[in-house]
Amino acid sequence: MVRERRDLYSLPDAPLASRCYSHSKVETDEEFDARWVTYFSKPDIDAWELKKGMNTLIGYDLVPEPKIVDSALRACRRLNDLASAIRILEAVKDKSGPHKDIYPYLIQELKPTLTELGISTPEELGMDKL
Amino acid sequence: MLATRALSLVSKRVISTSICVRGGHGVAKVDDYALPSYFDRRENPLPDVRFVTDLSPVQKSLKEKEKGSWATLSNDEKIALYRISFKKSFAEMNKGSNEWKSVVAGMLFFIGVTGLVVLWQRKFVYGPVPPTFETEWKEKELQRMLDMGINPVGGISAKWDYENKEWKK
Repeated sequence: MVRERRDLYSLPDAPLASRCYSHSKVETDEEFDARWVTYFSKPDIDAWELKKGMNTLIGYDLVPEPKIVDSALRACRRLNDLASAIRILEAVKDKSGPHKDIYPYLIQELKPTLTELGISTPEELGMDKL
Repeated sequence: MLATRALSLVSKRVISTSICVRGGHGVAKVDDYALPSYFDRRENPLPDVRFVTDLSPVQKSLKEKEKGSWATLSNDEKIALYRISFKKSFAEMNKGSNEWKSVVAGMLFFIGVTGLVVLWQRKFVYGPVPPTFETEWKEKELQRMLDMGINPVGGISAKWDYENKEWKK
């Protein structure tokens, strides 16, 4: 498969990310956010990169900043993938765990983008219920 | 075509590998389990493949409509698009089940059966217990221990009042 030969260092998951060696530079939150926003902002991002990026991001012990999610949603738009956009919203809500105030904040910050792109939240579609 | 189909009843494997022979080299047949598969997991929100791979004509036209503005899609269409790509929503995926009750019930049941087996064994399998367990024997045993002064400092003989021939209060 072509994927295995891809240069994995193009992913924002580069060595500096989350290791805490005392002698090396620790990445700041702003740098982390900027890296991920840039990753999803790639104009010709492909479906695999979107999936890989999202799955990696969800693997971290954090809830992504609204600007990162915004960038990812716009990537979904470029890829004509509404389902993934809704899935991303579900995933970040799930990521907040017991902190129920994070997701409403995220949606509040993302409202302009959601309206612009025509993305419905899982709640609007009734998908958060069983 | 007919011949290969008839022969495939005899030996699928032989025929499929022979079909794949190209330029003297064989190409390995890819089995289903070796291909990327779909799975619903919280930690992997976007699986490698879509849930529905063969789209019906309705679904295909919906996919075409998806290329345009999403604001024009109705809620049902959006849900349909979601269901093409994904099997369970996060809510459905994270839903608990009552399986644990069956597990505990099964555990207790088998522990109970084991108890019955043990009781049966005691009655029908094991022979009588040695005479050293009889009350009379035990009394004599204890008397002998006290006579010998077993553990006189902190043990059994220390607790016996030799003068009054009773246990110390």
